[in-house]
Amino acid sequence: MSENEKKPLVDEREREKLLAILEDAQGKLGYLPEGFIANTAHSLGLSISEIYGVSTFYSFLSTRPLGKNVIRICKSVPCYLKNSRMIIESIQKELGITPGETTPDGRFSFELTNCIGACDKAPAMLVNDDVHGTLTPDKIPEVLRACV
Amino acid sequence: MAEKRILLKNCEVIDPRDIDTYLDRDGFKALAKARDEMTPEETIGEVKTSGLRGRGGAGFPCGAKWELARKAQGDEKFLICNADEGEVGTFKDRYIMENDPFTLVEGMGIAAYAIGAKTAYIYLRAEYHFLLDVLNSAIDQAKEKGFLEHLDIHIREGAGSYICGEESALMDSIEGKRGEARFRPPFPPTRGLWGKPTIINNVETLMNIPQIILNGAEWYSKLGTEQSKGTKVFSVSGDVERPGIYEMVLGCELKELVIDLAGAKNVKMAQVGGAAGKVIPYSMIDIALSYETVLGSGAVTVLDESRDTIDFVYRTMEFFAEESCGKCAPCREGTEVMVEILGRLAVGDGAEEDIQALEDLSNVMMLSSLCGLGQAAPIPVLDTLKHFRNDYENRISQSVFLRSLRGINS
Ligand SMILES: Cc1cc2nc3c(=O)[nH]c(=O)nc-3n(C[C@H](O)[C@H](O)[C@H](O)COP(=O)(O)O)c2cc1C
Ligand code: FES
Repeated sequence: MSENEKKPLVDEREREKLLAILEDAQGKLGYLPEGFIANTAHSLGLSISEIYGVSTFYSFLSTRPLGKNVIRICKSVPCYLKNSRMIIESIQKELGITPGETTPDGRFSFELTNCIGACDKAPAMLVNDDVHGTLTPDKIPEVLRACV
Repeated sequence: MAEKRILLKNCEVIDPRDIDTYLDRDGFKALAKARDEMTPEETIGEVKTSGLRGRGGAGFPCGAKWELARKAQGDEKFLICNADEGEVGTFKDRYIMENDPFTLVEGMGIAAYAIGAKTAYIYLRAEYHFLLDVLNSAIDQAKEKGFLEHLDIHIREGAGSYICGEESALMDSIEGKRGEARFRPPFPPTRGLWGKPTIINNVETLMNIPQIILNGAEWYSKLGTEQSKGTKVFSVSGDVERPGIYEMVLGCELKELVIDLAGAKNVKMAQVGGAAGKVIPYSMIDIALSYETVLGSGAVTVLDESRDTIDFVYRTMEFFAEESCGKCAPCREGTEVMVEILGRLAVGDGAEEDIQALEDLSNVMMLSSLCGLGQAAPIPVLDTLKHFRNDYENRISQSVFLRSLRGINS
C-alpha cells in the first residue's frame, strides 16, 4: 500500500482505538503479525510504520510470537533486595530458557520486567495477568504446573 | 505518631464490589454537596484553600491547576486519572483501587464537575489489568445509582511503559501513539488531550477530594505542615520486617515510618520517592516527610548495612536507561553512559575519572532533558556521591590496585 492510497482519517480521534486494537490482538493471537499490522494501518488510514512504531514501543506488545503463558519476573530494586535473582534462576532451570526466549513447545515465554507494583510481596512476578508474590524457588514448579 | 487512616478509611472495611457498603459510610455525599450546594468555582476554591498538592510525584497545587483548566477556553475538556503507577517501589494506587474504587470514582465526579469535563479517563497500567473488573464495576454501579449523569468515565489500559506515567506521554498514549514526552508549554490545563484543556491527577490526589468537600478545607488544612497539607499514603519496601501501605500525616518522620512502623533494622539508607527519589542516609533518618523536605510518590525503599551502594545505584540507572522514551539525547544517551560507568564500578573496574564523569553527566541531564525522567535520573547518583562518596572512592582505589597487580596501567 502506498502512502497516497491511504484512506484519509475521518476523525483524528479514530486513532484513540489503536492501542486497544493492538492489545486485543496481542491477547488473542499472542503477537502482532505483519499482516495484522498492515491491515490495521489500512483500516485506520495510518502508515504501516506508524503502527509498527507503536507496536514496538510498548513492552506488553510483541511483533514475534510469544508463548501461551507469559512470565514476567520483576527485577527492580525492591524485588532484587528480596532475592529476585533466585526466582529468575529457578524459572530458567525449570523452563530451560533464558529471559527473552520461548519454550520450543510454545507453552511459556519468559521475560524480565520493571516494578509491577507488588513490592510489598517481593519478590514478585506476573504470570499472564496474575500477580504471584512472596515467591521462593520451591513455589515455582507448582505455579508453572498450574499453567495450561 | 501512629498511622492515621483518613484517605484509606474505607480500605479493608467496605466491600469494593458493593456500592451499598460505600453509601453506608457517607459515600457520594461529597459529590451531591458539590453539585447541589456549590458552584464549580466554589468547589475549586475549597480545594485551593485546603492546600492539597498532587500526590503523583511533582506536588503541583491541585486547586490552582484546576482553575487553569476551568478558565481555559475550549468546547470540550477532559479529566484524566493517572493510574499508571510505574515508579519503582510504589504500590499505593493499586492498594487504593483494589480496596476502595468508589472514593476514586466520586473524586473524579467532583473534579470533572469543577473543571467542566464531561469525559474522563482512567489510564491504568497494563500490569494492573487484574483491577479492570473492580474499577468497571464501581463505575457501572455509580452510574446505575445516578451519580454519574454528568460524566462518562472510560478506562484506557497501558501496554507496558514507565514513561507513560509522565503526563504528556500519557496523553500521547491515550491518543494511540508511542508514549513520548511532549515539549511544553503548552501545558495540559490549556492544551492537553487532542489539544483540549485537560486535568491529569494521580489516583491518590483524587482520593482526597471527597473528604475536602465533605469536611471542609479548614478541617483539611489543619493536618500537616505549612506547605504539605493532609495525609500521605506511603509504600514501604526493601529491608523491613513489615513492608506495606502506611498512611501518615504529612510532616511525620522517616524514622517513624521505616523503623517504628515497618520494623527496619540496621538501616544504611532509604530511597524516598521511587527510583528517581532522594537517597537519605541513616544519619538523617529523622528527616520529615513533606514537600518541603522529601516525598515524591511516597515510595520508601529501605536498604540495610549489608547492601552495596554502587550495585544499588547501577540497578536503578539500568531502569532509567530501559525506560527512557529515547526522544531527547541527554536522557537517552546520558542514562546509557551512566549504566556503563556504574556497571564498571560495580564489578571493580572503575577509573579515577569516573566520579567526575558521573557528576558532569548529571548536570547536563538535569539541565537539558525534555521531561522529568532524564531530569531526575541523576538524583540517586548525586545523593549517593554526596552521602556515600567513600564507597565510590574505595571501589575505585581497589580497582586501580587490582589492575596494577594484573600489570595493566590504570
Ligand atoms: C517519568 C515520569 C513518570 C511518572 N509516572 C507517574 C505515575 O506513574 N503516576 C502518576 O500519578 N504520576 C506520574 N508522574 C507525574 C505526572 O507527570 C503528573 O505530574 C501527575 O500525574 C500529576 O498528578 P498530580 O498533580 O495529582 O500528582 C510521572 C512523571 C514522570 C516525569
Ligand atoms: S520492585 Fe518488584 S514489584 Fe516493585
